[in-house]
Amino acid sequence: MRQVLARAIGGVAIIGLLAGAAACNSGSSSDDTASEGNCGYKLAFFGALTGSAANLGVNIEQGFELAVEQYNKAKGSECITVAKFDSQGEASVAPGVARSLVADKKIIGIVGPPFSGESEAADPIFEAAGIPTITPSATRTSLSSKGWKVFHRAVANDDAQGPAAAAYIKDNLKAQKVFVADDQSAYGAGLADVVKSKLGALVVATDKTEGDGKQADFSALVQKVQSSGATALFYGGYYTNAGIIRKQLTAAGWKGTLLGGDGMKDPGLSKASGVAAAVGTVVTCPCSPPEAAGGTFVNDYKAKWNQDAGTYSDVAFDAANIFLQGIDAGNTTTTKLNDYLKTVNYKGIANTYKFTETGELDPSFIKVWAFKFDSSGDAKADVEIKTS
Amino acid sequence: MDFSGLINDFGPLTVTGLAQGAIIALFALGYTLVYGVLRLINFAHSEVFLLGTYACLIVWGWFGLDQNSAPPSVGGMLLYMAVGLLAAILVSGLAALTVEVIAYRPLRRRNAPPLAFLITAIGASLFISELVGVATHRNQKGVPPIILAKPVVTIGDTTITNLQILIIVLALVMMFALDRFINGSRLGRGIRAVAQNPDSAALMGVNKSRVIALVFLLGGLMAGIAAVMYDLKIGVTRYDAGFLLGIDAFTAAVLGGIGNLRGALLGGLLLGVLQNYAAGLFGSQWLHAASFVLLVVILLFRPTGLLGESLGRARA
Amino acid sequence: MSETASSFRENGGVRGWLGRQPIWVRWLLILAGTVAAFLLPYAEHVPLIGPQIVTEGVDWSSALFEISYYVLLALGLNVVVGYAGLLDLGYVGFFAVGAYGTALLTSPDSILYEDTGWKWLMAVPVALALTMVAGVLLGWPTLRLRGDYLAIVTLGFAEIIRIVATSTTTLRGDRGFASIPHPPGSWGGEPIFGVTDAIPYFWLGLVIIILVILGVRNLDRSRVGRSWLAIREDEEAAEVMGVRTFKYKLWAFAIGAFIGGLGGVLFAGEQSFINSQTFVLQFSILVLAGVVMGGSGNMAGAILGGVLISYIPNRLRGLSVGDTDLYEYRFALFGLAIIVIMVLRPQGLIPSRRRAMELKDREKEVAPQ
Repeated sequence: MRQVLARAIGGVAIIGLLAGAAACNSGSSSDDTASEGNCGYKLAFFGALTGSAANLGVNIEQGFELAVEQYNKAKGSECITVAKFDSQGEASVAPGVARSLVADKKIIGIVGPPFSGESEAADPIFEAAGIPTITPSATRTSLSSKGWKVFHRAVANDDAQGPAAAAYIKDNLKAQKVFVADDQSAYGAGLADVVKSKLGALVVATDKTEGDGKQADFSALVQKVQSSGATALFYGGYYTNAGIIRKQLTAAGWKGTLLGGDGMKDPGLSKASGVAAAVGTVVTCPCSPPEAAGGTFVNDYKAKWNQDAGTYSDVAFDAANIFLQGIDAGNTTTTKLNDYLKTVNYKGIANTYKFTETGELDPSFIKVWAFKFDSSGDAKADVEIKTS
Repeated sequence: MDFSGLINDFGPLTVTGLAQGAIIALFALGYTLVYGVLRLINFAHSEVFLLGTYACLIVWGWFGLDQNSAPPSVGGMLLYMAVGLLAAILVSGLAALTVEVIAYRPLRRRNAPPLAFLITAIGASLFISELVGVATHRNQKGVPPIILAKPVVTIGDTTITNLQILIIVLALVMMFALDRFINGSRLGRGIRAVAQNPDSAALMGVNKSRVIALVFLLGGLMAGIAAVMYDLKIGVTRYDAGFLLGIDAFTAAVLGGIGNLRGALLGGLLLGVLQNYAAGLFGSQWLHAASFVLLVVILLFRPTGLLGESLGRARA
Repeated sequence: MSETASSFRENGGVRGWLGRQPIWVRWLLILAGTVAAFLLPYAEHVPLIGPQIVTEGVDWSSALFEISYYVLLALGLNVVVGYAGLLDLGYVGFFAVGAYGTALLTSPDSILYEDTGWKWLMAVPVALALTMVAGVLLGWPTLRLRGDYLAIVTLGFAEIIRIVATSTTTLRGDRGFASIPHPPGSWGGEPIFGVTDAIPYFWLGLVIIILVILGVRNLDRSRVGRSWLAIREDEEAAEVMGVRTFKYKLWAFAIGAFIGGLGGVLFAGEQSFINSQTFVLQFSILVLAGVVMGGSGNMAGAILGGVLISYIPNRLRGLSVGDTDLYEYRFALFGLAIIVIMVLRPQGLIPSRRRAMELKDREKEVAPQ
């Protein structure tokens, strides 16, 4: 008897728990029709909010949400709602999440996806649903050649950054012996390949590592860098591995400069390596310094999120504002909004935006900056690199 | 393939590989001890190690040390090493015991099938590493420069640093001490008895539960030391550090002959060195693949590892 | 109440009751269950229960599709682990071979595209043959190893496959293969297998699952199945009694690989993009946990396990207790659930009947602690 009773009570408790938890399901969808003043629509963020890739996603989401909040404040109402979709940055997860996004007919614009892999998996679904997207950070070159009409990229693609990094190594750093390595990610390997080909004979040796979280002991790479006599190491990859590599290089007594792309532009690098080791590390980024961002963005961001604006926060802020300006002008369907993006010429805080036929940023607006880690532990603007 | 690179860097690659191998070997002891006694792959052992890597960082944090601190004086260094090791050993040892009491003991009471143990181990591993991941926002944590690596011995173009010597010597000392303990002490005899035949050992008056707890504790202690060495050598830890090195450590244990203490040492050192050679020859991205290829080849010719199985029967 | 309940249990519980029913009742129940499974995508329209079941933040039919390939993997691994008793920690390797086989033959990114560039359906048999070959190739040298040694070797196999996929230019690593064609067929001018609606993929998965269940059930009841049983219980005794253990172990591996490959082929056809990030070791371990948790050696158990490992994390999306979003904790909670389930039911949630009896025997044999 007792056993049966215990089971029955347990069963009821589980059902109650489920029901209770379901009762606080976040993001309930309401179906009231759009009100006047071009309000009542939703803009969505699609990208990693949890998981190991969440840092970049959260940077972007916060910039995006700040823009919408400021717009609503100016309107004096909850005019545009923010919808967040967590893809975890994984291509295998993205389609299911994307389908739940397109099921919400109120959503007329998407900021994201931040990564190229998930873009490959999710963008076909957005294309089929006709919802315009602006990605602030997916830089894989091939994304714009798939014929997606809804695809827009608010930053330069990988082709712009590689030559700029190579130019910096040649002209600013004047390094004679360069070691090039990458983490085999689509982003890192693509970048490293361009740098290799642009530097030509300056490259004395190369290596590849495993990706983030798959390797922690880089002693073989460190040894190769040391015995190659290189004074500069270009690492195509993200800050996670780069922080460990910088630390192990310093521990082994290598005094050269570590360089990388925008994937390394994160205070996480110096948090891993220690500020002393990170000082002098140079990263290139097809973005303008957030400090130089116009208006009160930097302070507003800090006030709202209690942290400094990160990489691409400002681009996401601009991307959201491009959508908001379009909606304000009465482009309140996905088709109209997408057409509007074809002709938009928007001066934002990080850049001026104009899209080409394929959704790329107009080449004349592309800027690449070099940033250098200083004693604050963060990368500060160094010089703008002339790519032409 | 880069033969000239491998030959040029042969010395340094060997030394750094040995240091890495020593850490792997200490870590592998936990797998081997538990397997020797219970025939169980203790998947959660990787998280026992993980907690150790964080424990010493937290204690160093109490002294105001972080990744940006200046290197301490010699006295400070000794103090910090002592408290760091103590903290890691305590936490890892306790974690290992807790896993055994909560996750395995109830199953043993019911004489559950071996697979059930493996799955609870996986569950425990997932639980711990994910909790650490959420608590640390999955960020890496940098290690304070407790010991600055300085070259002390130079042979040709091969330099050996104080840190590398410390790691290798410490591993050898611990290994020797453990070997003496298992083969020389009364408690060690209990362990060997249970490893050979649990039921007869129990009938002969050995307290089986206590022996098993002791085995987990010993594995945890070794993992704690390995964790501190790992922190100092790698310089960074992260919520998945245990899983990553755990695969290496488990491979090393099998390579040497799982259940065999000296096998774990041999397997660990061999694996560390070989991974470095493979990285030198084929590129760093192949180092893990190389260790698995080596494992398969060795198991094909010696199906129970290099030195063979058995904790109890091992040169008792 | 206690009397009826205990006698109900003594008579074999639900399964015992089912076994005593006339054949037509059983068939009717199976049919009803199948129809219900096919109607699952519309579960949210069921009042009261429906909204509790469906997932939040991830499309429900996509979540169902995910469940379907997890169930396939669980069924396949169940053949290897549950029937033949071979511990395989690298099962995701076969899933990867199936997916990559499809991608290589069909994707415009593949180096073979000029020569092949096939449709999805044409690639399926070749990709499946490839996974079976992979199963045999892995099994041939390694199946002589016992128990846990086999486990580490299979784990190594999966890691090698992942590293090769990441590091070789032919398999494109993280860049991956895009534009893998979807399964064929159209309905009223529209392709059945589109990009925005996952329901057809789920139904396809369900059909494949049913076929696999029928196939494995037949095998299990044949000479092959009896040999597996003998091997699992006592390999030496089986060998002495004339069972060609190596041959049947290899069979189990190849069939397991085939089913895993099916999952991979299906996955590639739905995603239309794959890269090396998906095929991580944790995936294999998860599926193994599912099989054992559900009840290894029993198909109903394996199916339940496959459902749980994919459904629980997805269901935790968008749930919160107080201010904490449970989704961040999904794998921690999941780990906890594994421990609790295994401690309470070491034989699995729906154990195989033979296994449950064995366990009862074992419980009596507990030695003094």
